[in-house]
Amino acid sequence: MADDTVIGIEKVSKRFGGFVAVHEADFAIARGKFFSMLGPSGCGKTTTLRMIAGFEQTTSGRITLEGKDVSRVPPYKRNVNTVFQHYALFPHMSVFDNVAFGPRSRRTGREEVSKRVRELLDVVRLSQFAERKPGQLSGGQQQRVALARALVNYPSALLLDEPLGALDLKLRQAMQLELKRIQREVGITFVYVTHDQEEALTMSDRIAVMNEGHVEQIASPEEIYDKPASVFVAGFIGVANLLRVTVDSVNGEQATVKFPDDTRVSASSAGASFAIGSPATLMLRPERIRLSMTEPSTKGARLGASVAQLTFQGPLVRTELRTSDGSEIVAHIGPDDDLPALRPNDQVWLTWDEDAARLLPIADERLGGEAREIEEIGQVHFARSDA
Amino acid sequence: MTAVQDQPATVDAPASVEVQRAFPPPWLRRVGSWFLSLYAGLGLLYLFVPIAVIVAFSFNAEDSTYNIEWDGFTFDNWADPFAEQGLVDALVLSLKIAAIATAAAVVLGGLVALALTRYRFQGSGFVNLFLVLPLTTPEIVLGASLASLFIARTYPSPVPDSRGFDAVLIAHIMFCVSFVSLTVKARLRGFDWTLEDAAMDLGAGPVRTFLKVTFPLMIPGILAAALLSFALSLDDFIITLFNAGDQTTFPIYIYGAAQRAIPPQIQVLSSMILFASVAILVTGTLIGRRREAAATR
Repeated sequence: MADDTVIGIEKVSKRFGGFVAVHEADFAIARGKFFSMLGPSGCGKTTTLRMIAGFEQTTSGRITLEGKDVSRVPPYKRNVNTVFQHYALFPHMSVFDNVAFGPRSRRTGREEVSKRVRELLDVVRLSQFAERKPGQLSGGQQQRVALARALVNYPSALLLDEPLGALDLKLRQAMQLELKRIQREVGITFVYVTHDQEEALTMSDRIAVMNEGHVEQIASPEEIYDKPASVFVAGFIGVANLLRVTVDSVNGEQATVKFPDDTRVSASSAGASFAIGSPATLMLRPERIRLSMTEPSTKGARLGASVAQLTFQGPLVRTELRTSDGSEIVAHIGPDDDLPALRPNDQVWLTWDEDAARLLPIADERLGGEAREIEEIGQVHFARSDA
Repeated sequence: MTAVQDQPATVDAPASVEVQRAFPPPWLRRVGSWFLSLYAGLGLLYLFVPIAVIVAFSFNAEDSTYNIEWDGFTFDNWADPFAEQGLVDALVLSLKIAAIATAAAVVLGGLVALALTRYRFQGSGFVNLFLVLPLTTPEIVLGASLASLFIARTYPSPVPDSRGFDAVLIAHIMFCVSFVSLTVKARLRGFDWTLEDAAMDLGAGPVRTFLKVTFPLMIPGILAAALLSFALSLDDFIITLFNAGDQTTFPIYIYGAAQRAIPPQIQVLSSMILFASVAILVTGTLIGRRREAAATR
């Protein structure tokens, strides 16, 4: 494994009774990066984070921290710190004592503790609140105390469990930028758990998209958005049109696919292999689709459709279209798209650049309806007494 | 025409609201609130008259052996509250038992409460049941069965009868543990256990986590439980009577004295205990209020 790996997740699985919360997760988190684990509730992201922190033990596989196996090391002997979803600030201690709790637990000298706490309160801009109790602070301020408290031990990595979930939208967006600023300033690896795709796209250097205990894709935000590895990733990040097609021919990383009405278009099939004649899913982002009233003269992908509904959404018009075989497609039309006013039932032509269409394996029904259970196990506290 | 026909419908709605507001009529509401005050006042009177009588009769210049007739006001009883040596001995004994029983019950009951709220384990339902049992069993049954236990123990032992100080202490600890664990458990119900995760995450081992985080946050519940169990132990009569042997606690002394004569010192010492309890209660409330004010400032 490369030298810049801070946290190694090696074939890690976690079961609660008969239920698989995480299935053979296997990836490395690089030093100094903002790494996000993204997925719907119950996908195993929080369980993975709790295993890195040491609150849960792995059922199989191992976790390394700075190259050392920590799978059986208790949380208080691991050099990672956590920012909890609801902050978990000690209500009976002042802000200063909260932040000082870490270094004091590690028997740091009095002056060193004071110096470090001041320094971190400076980083989160809360120096003037050192003597307050957490109950006297606003949600955003409490959030920053939690951050300072977790950073004061200079951990190898900072683990954040949906830390912005309890804040309102405005504050959340401000804190996203603040988090990114702090991460750059201290240069510590951040491992961030969220179900909010926009949050993950905004802040992360790399994102691991998880679903039902499986890691579906690990890549940069751009790649996750433009080149999703699965139907789940495509549908979870942003808006995607997912169309049922049949593979007609494959040529290297390009494939030709057939719609039910025999219209053929080409699409990128990179990253997966497809058998000719097998069903597959064609992904098209709504903003990559262009509309025209007349059949385009250029070669390339085209599809006829009728307008079903138009919704004005400020910067764009959301256009719902129906193709001849009945599948629905959403296209986003911006103000610069030169189009006469569309009305429902107008016949239009859809075109798109060749690289906009991606071919994905059809979704498999891996775990079925068990997803809902994990959410409970992940949050209920006595999970530990079962372990 | 249509407009006129539409009118009643729109007028009707506010009218019906008017009708609802009109009941009860103002005079009835006045009577109601007056009656409520009277009712509440009578309730409070019912609760406080016996206490007031005790305090009042601690100032009685008694003539008769029974301190039940008002013979004039005096401070003599308060000037000499410890005149009755037997009464003082009994009070000291009761305070001693209450203190030891409370200390033991707080430790045991606190740990039971912690275990029951913190973990789910096999048999925790049974433990819960056993905790409630001493509270629901009639005291007379508890007292009698404990007495037979302590007498029965004599068979292998050389002591003919093991009732006495130790027996009373054991009995008091038993029912106090129940009260303490239930009180602390109720306080711990909303406890945020992620605080313990946070402490461990920051490098505190289990002992430091308990001493610095869990225990300080349990203190209010433990204090409440300690006060309750101290009061319960101090005034327990039935169970104590069965198991006291030759020991005379404060309640037992008063019961005995009431058969022959009631020295006014009983009222004096009772009033003192009452005032001490009120003082503790008031201080507790004031501290709580100040903390609350500090937290929301």
